[in-house]
Amino acid sequence: MAEIVLDKVTKRYPDGALAVSEADFTIADGEFVILVGPSGCGKSTTLNMIAGLEDISDGELRIDGQRVNEKAPKDRDIAMVFQSYALYPHMSVRENMAFPLRLAKVDDKVVRQKVEEAAATLDLTQHLDRKPGNLSGGQRQRVAMGRAIVRNPKAFLMDEPLSNLDAKLRVQMRTSLSKLQKQLGTTTVYVTHDQTEAMTLGDRVVVLRGGIVQQIGSPQFLYEQPSNLFVAGFIGSPSMNFLPATLADNEVNSPIGKFALTDRIRSLVEAAGAPREVILGIRPEHFEDARLLDESAKSGGATFTASVDVLESMGSDKYAYFTVEGDQATSQELEELAADSGSADVPDRGSQVVTRLSAASEATQGGSLEVWFDADKVQLFDPSNGKNLTYSG
Amino acid sequence: MTETAVKPAPAKAAKKPKPELSEGKRAERRLGWLLCAPAALVMVAVTGWPIIYSVWLSMQRYDLRFPNQSEFVFLDNYITVLGSEYWWTAFGLTTLITVVSVIIELVLGMCLALIMHRTIVGRGLVRTVSLIPYGIVTVVAAFSWRYAWDDKTGYLSALLSSESALIDQTSAFFTVVLAEVWKTTPFMALLLMAGLALVPDDLLRAAAMDGAGPWQRFTKVIVPVMKPAILVALLFRTLDAFRIFDNLFVLTPGTSSVSIQTYNNLIKGLNLGIGSTMSVLIFITVAIIAFLFIKVFGTAAPGSDSGGKR
Ligand SMILES: Nc1ncnc2c1ncn2[C@@H]1O[C@H](COP(=O)(O)OP(=O)(O)OP(=O)(O)O)[C@@H](O)[C@H]1O
Ligand SMILES: [Mg+2]
Repeated sequence: MAEIVLDKVTKRYPDGALAVSEADFTIADGEFVILVGPSGCGKSTTLNMIAGLEDISDGELRIDGQRVNEKAPKDRDIAMVFQSYALYPHMSVRENMAFPLRLAKVDDKVVRQKVEEAAATLDLTQHLDRKPGNLSGGQRQRVAMGRAIVRNPKAFLMDEPLSNLDAKLRVQMRTSLSKLQKQLGTTTVYVTHDQTEAMTLGDRVVVLRGGIVQQIGSPQFLYEQPSNLFVAGFIGSPSMNFLPATLADNEVNSPIGKFALTDRIRSLVEAAGAPREVILGIRPEHFEDARLLDESAKSGGATFTASVDVLESMGSDKYAYFTVEGDQATSQELEELAADSGSADVPDRGSQVVTRLSAASEATQGGSLEVWFDADKVQLFDPSNGKNLTYSG
Repeated sequence: MTETAVKPAPAKAAKKPKPELSEGKRAERRLGWLLCAPAALVMVAVTGWPIIYSVWLSMQRYDLRFPNQSEFVFLDNYITVLGSEYWWTAFGLTTLITVVSVIIELVLGMCLALIMHRTIVGRGLVRTVSLIPYGIVTVVAAFSWRYAWDDKTGYLSALLSSESALIDQTSAFFTVVLAEVWKTTPFMALLLMAGLALVPDDLLRAAAMDGAGPWQRFTKVIVPVMKPAILVALLFRTLDAFRIFDNLFVLTPGTSSVSIQTYNNLIKGLNLGIGSTMSVLIFITVAIIAFLFIKVFGTAAPGSDSGGKR
């Protein structure tokens, strides 16, 4: 068990690519930290630097207070689980799991016992004598886990360990992974590009973009208080709605109507020195069908009327999609997010707004609906640099 | 190879209650057979007939100097050859050269393959350069070695001031091995490099994380994972090396491998019976080597791998 400190760690590949720049954070002993971000943002590179598989170009990496920049992977006492599982095809499951112990010259009897213990934890006992090639994806994943836990390392590093599993198995493995980590209490760094995994698994989440750490915090905190447009758009599913808006006389003029800033937001915006043009962000769950609310409930927000493009009923609630007039909000961050989610070139007139309404809503597809939203929950962003103007960190 | 690949299919089909083939499928299959029939027939004629004919010859007393005394002697020739001291000396020498040179080639080839696999800059150049010896015709290479070791004009013998590299028995043996190794290590390296490419990077990274140093990664992960490629390379080289002829013929006239003995009897001595017997024996030895590799070591049958030969 160990504390891992990244002190302005930078990675520049020989070809000049700057993969990680000045990553600066501390992973506490026993903590479960998630590195998340779109493809190519430097997650694997960061993890490989912690593992010792990639040299650190600049900065210092400390494990338990000791500088380890120069140490070989095998001297760092860290275990890693790979996306490809990287099981040794010529060894049985038992030998795969025993491999780190054998290399450490552990007594044969102890090896046997430890492997069997790990196999029992991971429900692999009946597969111990099979070859990895004959196992299912989930079983292979567990063998890879077993190989990591069997030697009680200081920390686990996992690079997208669940991304080769099908959706259902992924959810299952996610919960068991979380349980296992709590049970072992081993410091874990977990890389994923899946924001659901990031939200559900970690104690803290590190959001990376283009090699630069955007924000670090608990999943809930990142969700409620994104420090910039990128984090706001990346965390949450369905993601936050972004609309272009103008700010004048403490009023927001946006495609979903004109409304006054609440006192809380006004003071934050004033402190941040907001420009005139802003991007308005609002999460789907902060909308509601206006008909379901009484006057007093409605007073804290504003309403707009639009026709429902698509209505998805999820049982517990309903997702209504609207198209509102006006240009789309544009900024570099939003373009990147769109590119990452693959929705970059959806030709759109106006902007789409996703709302989550109560199941009691009588909205109908194609019908017109009056929608209320909570004016105190909106967030305003500076389009030029993506900064959250309503961040109260 | 075509035949062996095709044969199992009908056997399997016969076992099961024959799966109904659609009209189109059957016509397609018939067309397939028809299309490859000419090639298959030529193959059989070219490779099969000489084999059968030499087996037939090996059972005759047939000396072209005394063509009148030809007669069928069944296995007498085999008894003569297998009872001959010369044959066994040659056999021993051939085996020794084969084993020693193949082992050295394997080690060097592996080093070369690792180097070629790791180099990032000038990869193509490194590969091409290391392949040059293999591209040179063996006889030509053998002659250049012979001149290099020539005790009057050779630069190698001048360099090492050894006058009789090709005369003294032990040093001649090593000279031949050196020539063989020099020539065929690139081939080994190339086959091994194809095997190295089969070892996923992640596997080595995982081994590094599990605590394996470079040597342990090599012995415990790389070698076992690329074992099929190693065995194929070994098989090819062993079969090739056992038939050594050119280097011995040029470098050390007088010593004889089994191939040279065969040549001496068959071509020089015009004794078709004994010569054929020897070539059949070589054939059998080679078949046994191949069988051992494939059945005992479980080499994947060559053919699925790159099979470039001389
Ligand atoms: N060996 C390398 N040489 C040069 N550049 C590299 C190398 N490996 C990665 N990069 C670059 O570094 C950046 C970060 O790569 P990295 O593999 O860390 O991304 P990632 O966040 O893990 O992405 P993914 O989610 O796709 O796995 C990328 O822009 C990539 O092109
Ligand atoms: Mg990656």
